[in-house]
Amino acid sequence: MVLELQKPRPIWQIMFSTHHTDVGLLYLIMSLGFLFLGGALALAIRAELFLPGAQFIGDAMTFNRMFTVHGTTLIFLFLLPFASAVGNYFVPIMVRYKDMAYPKLNAIAFWMIPPAGALIWLGFADFTWYATPPYSIISAPGPAADMWIFGLKILGISSILGAINFIVTILKCKHPDMSIGQVPLLAWSFLSSSLIVLVAIPTFAAALLMLLTDRLGVSGFFNPAMGGDPIAYAHLFWFTFHPEVYVLVIPAIGMMYEIIPRFSRKPIFSYNSGVFAFVLLSVVSFSSWAHHMYATGMSFTEKTVFMVGTLAAVPASAMHVFNFIATMWNGRIKFATPMMWAVGGIALFFSAGAGGVVNSAMPLDFSTHDTYWVVGHFHLFVMGTIAFGSIGYLYYMFPYVTGRMYNEKLGVIHFILSFIGTILVFFTQHILGLYGMPRRIFDYPPIPEWIAMNQIATVGAMIIGVSMAIFLANIIYSSGKGKIANTDDPFGLGGKYYYPFEQKNPHH
Amino acid sequence: MGGHSNWPEWIYIGIVIALMTWVGAEAWNVERLVEHIPADAEVIKVTGQQWFWSFEHEDGTKEIGELHVEAGKAYKFEIYSKDVNHSFNIHDYVVLMDAVPGRVNTVWFAPDKAGEHDIQCREYCGLIHYNMRGKLIVEEPSS
Ligand code: HEM
Ligand SMILES: [Cu+2]
Ligand SMILES: [Cu+2]
Repeated sequence: MVLELQKPRPIWQIMFSTHHTDVGLLYLIMSLGFLFLGGALALAIRAELFLPGAQFIGDAMTFNRMFTVHGTTLIFLFLLPFASAVGNYFVPIMVRYKDMAYPKLNAIAFWMIPPAGALIWLGFADFTWYATPPYSIISAPGPAADMWIFGLKILGISSILGAINFIVTILKCKHPDMSIGQVPLLAWSFLSSSLIVLVAIPTFAAALLMLLTDRLGVSGFFNPAMGGDPIAYAHLFWFTFHPEVYVLVIPAIGMMYEIIPRFSRKPIFSYNSGVFAFVLLSVVSFSSWAHHMYATGMSFTEKTVFMVGTLAAVPASAMHVFNFIATMWNGRIKFATPMMWAVGGIALFFSAGAGGVVNSAMPLDFSTHDTYWVVGHFHLFVMGTIAFGSIGYLYYMFPYVTGRMYNEKLGVIHFILSFIGTILVFFTQHILGLYGMPRRIFDYPPIPEWIAMNQIATVGAMIIGVSMAIFLANIIYSSGKGKIANTDDPFGLGGKYYYPFEQKNPHH
Repeated sequence: MGGHSNWPEWIYIGIVIALMTWVGAEAWNVERLVEHIPADAEVIKVTGQQWFWSFEHEDGTKEIGELHVEAGKAYKFEIYSKDVNHSFNIHDYVVLMDAVPGRVNTVWFAPDKAGEHDIQCREYCGLIHYNMRGKLIVEEPSS
């Protein structure tokens, strides 16, 4: 492991490096930067919705641009690169190889992201994270829309390159003494999610090009005025992005598989069941995409097929939850910061999944679709599960990256505030959806229930904001001035099998 | 699986599968019933455009932003869009259907008592999406 900050190096040495831990560090820092940028937009959105009427965001267009860039940023510029950071650091070590299979390709995949991020932020498009035609073709203002399309295009290519690298590293570069059945679950999670990326992303990549030529007026794939069909785009988009949600969640589950057994001081309950559930999820994730499209006018038969496909994925997710609980059962659990985030994340994962089942049931979805319920649903995943797992893992890897310990008290406060805030925001949004408030609205009529729910959600968001400020201060301060960590056992867990990774980086 | 006994996991998975089967069967059954449009339903053409709703009754009467119907009758909405996607929504009656240019989608409802309800757009459609709202006015039966 690198002790980056103990042996300071000039920044350009890290930037021009192709070594996996250096690229991992770049991914880590960049993704955290985007977490705070995207989070700031979220706070502004919540502040605007505190009361009906325009508050401080001048006009609806600015608001629409803000939630579009918020979603795009946190999914593509925070969650995905954060997972890549962890994968870069740990996958080669876990399969006992000196680096990623293709180090240069790895660095290229990383360096494609900042320009893509710049395109998205400088453009500031308004057509939501799914760029639905025909709005995105005939109505969305350029050049913002075109910049977003190019940004996403670049991100898609970067994802594909990253996925190829992980797959080859795990399957072809693992130590000859190691069978695939010995590869840790975290590495398995990268293998599964990378396979999903390879199958899923090309579809959206094609749709993006079609969208671009439609905007240029040279084609009419999705433009009804030229004989095209907007619903075709919806199918292509969701064929990619329903599986993509598993690309996000699977590595986060993998991170929890590292944390939970260690802090329970027990081996994982069932390694095989973890592997099986990952592989199963990556297959069934392709059977449910049109559950996002029940209200587009699909036939009863189509809706039924996709409902069954969606429900079929539930047992696989449920297996992970079981595995975690069974691992903790009778363990000598140490509730240090990483463990709190992981366990909190599992609790929220469970509640998020329960809401997902409601969405899947056709007649119920007509109450929830495109209301705040859906916003609450997927945020319990992206924030409650994936970001929680990721942040827990960040605390967990902190001593390895910096050689120092973060402040445990502040880490716990960060968790408690974020957990309360997440419940206040996203559980409330489920209820708000049942009261009928549509998503993506800049302003709303003064319906008392809507006002009350919005205010609770805004307060929750501010609590998360405060906790994140504490987090930022903690990691910045501790990486320079924190207590020197005992890198053999930074969390004082004892025992021999907790840190099987090599401590020294052969690169330095 | 593994070297050790795993029966609690199998029982648990069995329960989850049973639950999902029940949810799916129940949803299938309810959806089948609610999608059955009564033969005597009166047709109302609904058109969404940036950023208002307009309605045309069977007898040719047109309304904008407001829709008058009678309690105790069944209505079938034929939903059109003139520009981008919208979604026609009367939340109180769980009426929700996208308005997609180039397509006609249908959905029906039967208001049971007189009253006023909100109509809104639930699919993002641009600048004034947030205020693409209307009123449904359910009147007492005329006869
Ligand atoms: C595994 C992690 C999951 C993530 C990250 C996730 C994410 C999302 C996202 C982003 C959306 C909304 C997309 C949009 O309209 O912008 C969504 C909607 C939906 N999710 Fe999930 N989801 C997950 C799991 C599940 C599960 C387990 C189920 C069902 C059992 C489910 C069922 C649904 C349904 C039916 C919708 C459509 C709701 C609607 O638009 O009416 N999701 N999810
Ligand atoms: Cu989905
Ligand atoms: Cu709208």
